[in-house]
Amino acid sequence: MQTIDLTEVGLRETNATLHAQSGDTNQTVWEIINPRGSHAIACGLNAPIEVTVRGSTGYYCAGMNQQATVNIDGSAGPGTGENIMSGKIVIEGDASQYLGATGHGGLIVVKGNASSRCGISMKGVNIVVQGNVGHMSAFMGQSGNLVVLGDAGDALGDSCYEARFFVRGEVKSLGADCEKKEMRPEHIAFLKEILAEAEIEADPSEFTRYGSARNLYNFDVDNAGAY
Amino acid sequence: MNKHDPKGIPHTTPRQSATFTQDVNSDIRRAAATGIYDIRGGGAKRKVPSFDDLLFMGASISRYPLEGYREKCDTNVTIGGLNASNPIELDIPITIAGMSFGALSGPAKEALGRGASAAGTSTTTGDGGMTPEERGHSDKLVYQYLPSRYGMNPNDLRKADAIEIVVGQGAKPGGGGMLLGQKISDRVAEMRNLPKGIDQRSACRHPDWTGPDDLEIKILELREITGWKVPIYVKVAGARPYYDTTLAVKAGADAVVLDGMQGGTAATQDVFIEHVGLPTLAIVRPAVQALQDLGMHRKVQLILSGGIRSGADVAKAMALGADAVAIGTAALIALGDNDPKWEAEYNKLGTTAGAYDDWHEGQDPAGITTQDPDLMARFDPIEGGRRLRNYLKVMTLEAQTIARACGKNHLHNLEPEDLVALTMEAAAMAKVPLAGTDWYPGKTGTRY
Ligand SMILES: Cc1cc2nc3c(=O)[nH]c(=O)nc-3n(C[C@H](O)[C@H](O)[C@H](O)COP(=O)(O)O)c2cc1C
Repeated sequence: MQTIDLTEVGLRETNATLHAQSGDTNQTVWEIINPRGSHAIACGLNAPIEVTVRGSTGYYCAGMNQQATVNIDGSAGPGTGENIMSGKIVIEGDASQYLGATGHGGLIVVKGNASSRCGISMKGVNIVVQGNVGHMSAFMGQSGNLVVLGDAGDALGDSCYEARFFVRGEVKSLGADCEKKEMRPEHIAFLKEILAEAEIEADPSEFTRYGSARNLYNFDVDNAGAY
Repeated sequence: MNKHDPKGIPHTTPRQSATFTQDVNSDIRRAAATGIYDIRGGGAKRKVPSFDDLLFMGASISRYPLEGYREKCDTNVTIGGLNASNPIELDIPITIAGMSFGALSGPAKEALGRGASAAGTSTTTGDGGMTPEERGHSDKLVYQYLPSRYGMNPNDLRKADAIEIVVGQGAKPGGGGMLLGQKISDRVAEMRNLPKGIDQRSACRHPDWTGPDDLEIKILELREITGWKVPIYVKVAGARPYYDTTLAVKAGADAVVLDGMQGGTAATQDVFIEHVGLPTLAIVRPAVQALQDLGMHRKVQLILSGGIRSGADVAKAMALGADAVAIGTAALIALGDNDPKWEAEYNKLGTTAGAYDDWHEGQDPAGITTQDPDLMARFDPIEGGRRLRNYLKVMTLEAQTIARACGKNHLHNLEPEDLVALTMEAAAMAKVPLAGTDWYPGKTGTRY
């Protein structure tokens, strides 16, 4: 394992070192110590490496991630994993707002809670939150899945498109054009799979599915109040 | 005496209201019939104070001109040298503004790339992401980073020669985008990760940052991902140009793109286009002032857009302190948009050449703002590229003509002192004297 002390090496050098790793690198396991809430740690990675950040991170840790696994052994600041394309991000603590914003693929796992706008504009990413998620989560979500083992705050899935939401606990309120949906066998199967991938134990049958009512897909004056 | 009046009482002539004009009444009838606001493309159509209200004085006894075609007048510009190891070097200070794939067809994007590259300038992606056509045909391509993040992908980000963070557009400061279902072809739907045929709303605000403090961190992230190689522009609508420019520079922008209310859009509410934002003429001086106050004028480049049409507009923008301009609508017209040769077809759509602005409906007779394969086939990207190159060259020659007449050996040497204003409004906005006086409204220390 390679260890980088962020305070000593600096952000630029740290990220440049990680970016220099290609698919056939022998140095596949990295540890970053002393992150001290710095922003943009391990963003833009594009190699099958595993990076563990020992401590809490600032904004945009693992932003635009491709292929890599990034573990945050602490809590994560706003926009963590924004626009993730592939790979995996695991947050041991809590996640701040905009977690996985616009993510196109890959998996984000939060062991604690995630704040507001979790999965905003998600475009294919899967997000599993062991605790609760805040208000406006998955706002304008296009595709992908948000799985919440705890509760969801106000306006879940507001103005969503084809993203799916699975919540085990309570949903404070649903956003515009978001509705409760039937759980079919394929949804149970999906949950089983994603929970296994997230290494989290839960009974898929305890979840409720939510998604778009598709009433706002094409403008209709009778829905004007919902826009 | 009115011969139709049996009693011989004189009639008044039928009089149209200046308030309830024919235009206004047609808006009301349309609203009443449909229940939805009018959506259209293009920029503000109303008359606003503009570069047309400014004139150059030219040389005289106290200033001598340069010889046309003999004495050099350079036009090159470097954008983004402040923080980027690979700044953008352009031969001419006229760039192609960001226009979305989705709004424009693939071949139209290709033509923009061809024309811009042949003229030695850059082109810009738009909402919906980067297409291989435009990357392949653009020597210098600026990648827009927009609130919707449709098609946003780090591989494309790394292929870009510069990144433009879009905060706003002059046509709709504070508004998002709109791509109606008709134009969502399979390809557009796939790039945007949305179902085919639905109305696509582009967000008006970035999903993962709000405010200037966050913007600074966002810029840091983009630089880290791209290794501090390429310049990062911030595009803002003309709203509060002094403060927006100040905040963009403090957040670390290498260039500020400032877009006035005449600036075109692919589609938004007409009420937005006509009633929100500042005219291009009004936003240059405050932005330049902000750069000067920060000691950053000419270090952070100012790219001005919104209704730029000619070399005269380019020269005026630069004289007021801009480093370059960007064109959208004019580039489309050069490609063949709104060409009278399609008049019969414009008439079928209930409009006329020059007024066609329902670009969002995807039925463009010129085959530019459409995703319909038959209409698209009317447009030849090679010919389009040639036309755009010609037009860019003409604009450059025109700007050089003016600069030489003012005795300047580089377009950047044009200055406000070369200009006068024709109207009080233009004098106040551009802070140049009303023609024939040494005064403009707000100027201190004069007797008027
Ligand atoms: C068809 C069309 C599509 C546009 N798409 C975008 C876009 O995707 N992103 C953006 O920032 N601006 C977009 N704009 C605005 C231009 O980037 C630019 O600000 C404007 O066109 C400049 O004004 P002008 O049209 O008067 O030259 C678009 C404009 C047009 C005409």
